[in-house]
Amino acid sequence: MADQFDLECRDVVKKFDAFTAVDSVSLTIPKGSFFSILGPSGCGKTTLLRMLAGFQTPTSGDILIKGSSVLGVPPNRRPVNMVFQHLALFPMMNVSENVAYGLKRRGADRATIEKKVSDTLARVGLPDSGPKQISQLSGGQKQRIAIARCLVLEPAVLLLDEPLGALDLKLREHMKVELKQLQHEIGTTFVYITHDQSEALVMSDQVAVMNAGRFEQVGAPQDLYYNPHTAFVAGFVGESNRWKGTVGMTHDDHIVINLPTGGAVLASRKTHPTLAEGQPVDVFVRPEAIAIDGQGETDNAIAAKVDNVLFNGAASSVQVRDKATGHEMTVALPQTGAFANLKSGDLVNLTWGAEQTRCFVAAENQEATA
Amino acid sequence: MSKKHGALRGSLLGLTALAGMAMLGANAQAEELRLLTWGGYAPDDVVEMFEKETGIDVEVTLSNNEDMISKLRATGGGGFDLAQPSQDRISGAQLEYGIYKPIDLSKIDAAKFIPSMLEATKKNTTLDGEVYGVPHVWGTSGLIVDMTKAGDVKDYTDLCNADISGKVSYRLKRPTLIGFAFAMGMDPFAAYGDEAKYQEILDAVEKKLVECKPNVKTYWEGGDALLNLVRSGEVVAAMAWDTGGWKLNNDNADITFVAPASGALGWIDTFVLPRKSENEDAAYKWINFVMQPEIAAKITASAGNFTASKGADEFADDKLKAQFQGSFPAEALDNIKWYPTVPAGLETLEGKTLDRVKAAQSN
Amino acid sequence: MTNPASSGTGGAVRFGALLLAMPLLLWLFLLVILPHVDLLLVSLRERISYGKYEFSLINYTEFFVEPLYWNTYIRTAVMSIMATALTLLIGFPVSYYIAKVMRGKGKNVLFLLCLIPFWVSELVRTFGWMILLRESGVISNFLQWAGIADGPVEMLYNDATIMVGLVYTSMLFMVVPLVSVLDSLDDSLIEAGYDLGGNAFTVTRDIVIPHAMPGIASGCIVVFMLTLGNYLTPNLLGGKDSLWFTEQIYTQFITRFNWESGSAFGFLLLVLSSMIVWIGLKLSRQTLSETVS
Repeated sequence: MADQFDLECRDVVKKFDAFTAVDSVSLTIPKGSFFSILGPSGCGKTTLLRMLAGFQTPTSGDILIKGSSVLGVPPNRRPVNMVFQHLALFPMMNVSENVAYGLKRRGADRATIEKKVSDTLARVGLPDSGPKQISQLSGGQKQRIAIARCLVLEPAVLLLDEPLGALDLKLREHMKVELKQLQHEIGTTFVYITHDQSEALVMSDQVAVMNAGRFEQVGAPQDLYYNPHTAFVAGFVGESNRWKGTVGMTHDDHIVINLPTGGAVLASRKTHPTLAEGQPVDVFVRPEAIAIDGQGETDNAIAAKVDNVLFNGAASSVQVRDKATGHEMTVALPQTGAFANLKSGDLVNLTWGAEQTRCFVAAENQEATA
Repeated sequence: MSKKHGALRGSLLGLTALAGMAMLGANAQAEELRLLTWGGYAPDDVVEMFEKETGIDVEVTLSNNEDMISKLRATGGGGFDLAQPSQDRISGAQLEYGIYKPIDLSKIDAAKFIPSMLEATKKNTTLDGEVYGVPHVWGTSGLIVDMTKAGDVKDYTDLCNADISGKVSYRLKRPTLIGFAFAMGMDPFAAYGDEAKYQEILDAVEKKLVECKPNVKTYWEGGDALLNLVRSGEVVAAMAWDTGGWKLNNDNADITFVAPASGALGWIDTFVLPRKSENEDAAYKWINFVMQPEIAAKITASAGNFTASKGADEFADDKLKAQFQGSFPAEALDNIKWYPTVPAGLETLEGKTLDRVKAAQSN
Repeated sequence: MTNPASSGTGGAVRFGALLLAMPLLLWLFLLVILPHVDLLLVSLRERISYGKYEFSLINYTEFFVEPLYWNTYIRTAVMSIMATALTLLIGFPVSYYIAKVMRGKGKNVLFLLCLIPFWVSELVRTFGWMILLRESGVISNFLQWAGIADGPVEMLYNDATIMVGLVYTSMLFMVVPLVSVLDSLDDSLIEAGYDLGGNAFTVTRDIVIPHAMPGIASGCIVVFMLTLGNYLTPNLLGGKDSLWFTEQIYTQFITRFNWESGSAFGFLLLVLSSMIVWIGLKLSRQTLSETVS
């Protein structure tokens, strides 16, 4: 049974003096999947990754790789390899020496090393770069060599510590796709940590959202986006309009959420069966859930004035202000280009269905919402 | 990097220049006597008395024979107004480097000197009819012995006795060569004029010193370092100056200075004028001042050695006089070998001998 | 200054640059080049009689003919190389510990501790060693008190003591460049080395040392030069058998008044040290410009 999981953590805790960096995290990663850990900086994801690699020891809990515990196994004996944030290619060696480094440590013979190095370089698409110096490579090439250096060792799990962080935007977009493809081809389990939700959503089979040392939610990217379990996930994954409110009266299928800053929003009773009157809640509405001057559901309807048009091709949006309450909101523009000539000062009617409103009980008891 | 250093160095140079100017300024204000001398020869109280009497500031630089000559050689006889090398190191250095200027004997109060010593010094330091030095402090070198542990050390060569192996020290300098030569029954002074003969003596001494090397704890360099070695008991017999022995005797009655059987080596430190002396008047004033019996006695008290000042004995410390008499019975006093002037060239021969002794492996 | 772009603005710029460079040029000319030229001239003359000199190579031939000088020369070079190697051997782990293991305040404290002996002069430090090691010294007394030794133990005046003194005196000059070069080594390179299967030895050999090579080279050059040119330590701690080449030079100049042979020896020492540094750089495949910067 345990064999289907390449990597498993059981109640892993890491404390630095009084500070708990990782707080009883459990996870199982199936063989051959692309698993991301997404969280803001300081959430403990790097600490978790370093425990997986063996650079840090958990305060308690267990880590299993291919079904056997690796506690007490030093980094150089673990069947995992790591791609470092700044890649950590050895500048004192050329490309093929970098790739050959791990094989040499294993005592492989020269012919095997040569063959594997050239195979791996071909696999990452840089077959002729062997004699080059590291400083001669471009950012994307370095990236691939760093991965090749690990892959040549055929690790059970490849750990990646925000390796795209240092790249410029265009290259980063490109590498996202390339990494996902590479992982598909070779079938090695990837554990990827990042603070960039788009990296995590685009590449991963499974994403764990981490906050303050804990996993908030683990699931497929779609799951996290459309069905966040906590206010943190709803806020961190994707864009949202966000308010604080209090649960008010219930009418039929609708719950009225009163906003202390004025006005109210309707939520669906179906999606929030447990909300009780008087509870403080965080309210989220996705920008793309709101229709402009449209048909569809009209449970919520607001007259607003356009503040700014943020044109960004298919991802364009407008910032508007509720005429009645002064709330600022962001609304996605439909990709049809229907509102291409919208400009600031225009008046628009905004509508969305009650089931698009997502509420989470504020403060301590967040689980109660779902 | 280099720019930064350049700036730093530049400002250092600037500072040096400023300091130089400041010193020039100071020179212009007060009259000054720059004295190049031995430790103890210009004690603070004497300097103070002199400054009070004449208004001349005295700047004292402590040194030794070789260092004095090297310093004066480097500046061509400048930088100091009065120097005090030993009488045997004057005419040779003068011939070679021309670093001194003759003394105007009319400005010296000859009556204050012990006549025989003044005459001997004048004779030894005369070059082309000009006198270059007058005597100041004199003393001897011989043996410092801890009588309880090395009582049978009577001569330089006794330092090589097996029973005090590892507890002996001497300098690797020319007095050691001379002393050993005498103790081995030779007369190096008589061979001063004959290089070949002198080399023979040196070869014999070299052999003896190399044999003796395992006996030596270390070759001492500074007088204080030696006193420390003897005081701590690490060294029980050494070749050294008389005053060191008497100093130790004050602390430990077992240790004293012994005049070697073959004769203690007598030296006289003098007054000479460096060639570029800028304040001769002050120099003459200083000489006449310190040769007064009361002042000379003060110098004897601080240096531990007697001076050529006539009548200073009266004011000298009784204990020192007793120590002197203990170390020098009448026949030992007569047996003192006074250094004659060193002819140029000998020091090169001696140097090589000393180098070879130093290089010989002792174990 | 030869940049064509600046030639348009003409002489003013050039004069300004020259003025700026003046202190450096003066320094180099007055305090480095001039004395060396003078030294060379002095070394090439022979004293004939009082105040009379002639051109001659005798001072140099003397050096090659007299085995005493040769032996001292070789001995000084060998001991200096050994002292440099020992300093590196001890200094490297110390520097690694300071640069890579220690964090925050402890790091500064440790670094400062390395510095403290250098707040007093070399003479005082050497006397400190003498107090410890002499026959009636601290260690000797302790050994007797502890019953390990029957009688006083003399630990001064031998080559091992010279070595201890030299290494001690040189340590800072090795540790400073090493700490700075190791500080610049990204920790993740070391971790990557382990992650890919390296152990402490191979990571040190393949990653840490190649990275630290410029620091090692500059530390070694400085330590070697200081050691070769040291006078006090070998002289005071070495005692009767010390024999150091600088001692020979000092003796020639100061006690023998033989400036001619002293200058020749000085030049030979310059040649020796330059040669050994050059060989060292060749062997470690470093360049002087890399090492100095």
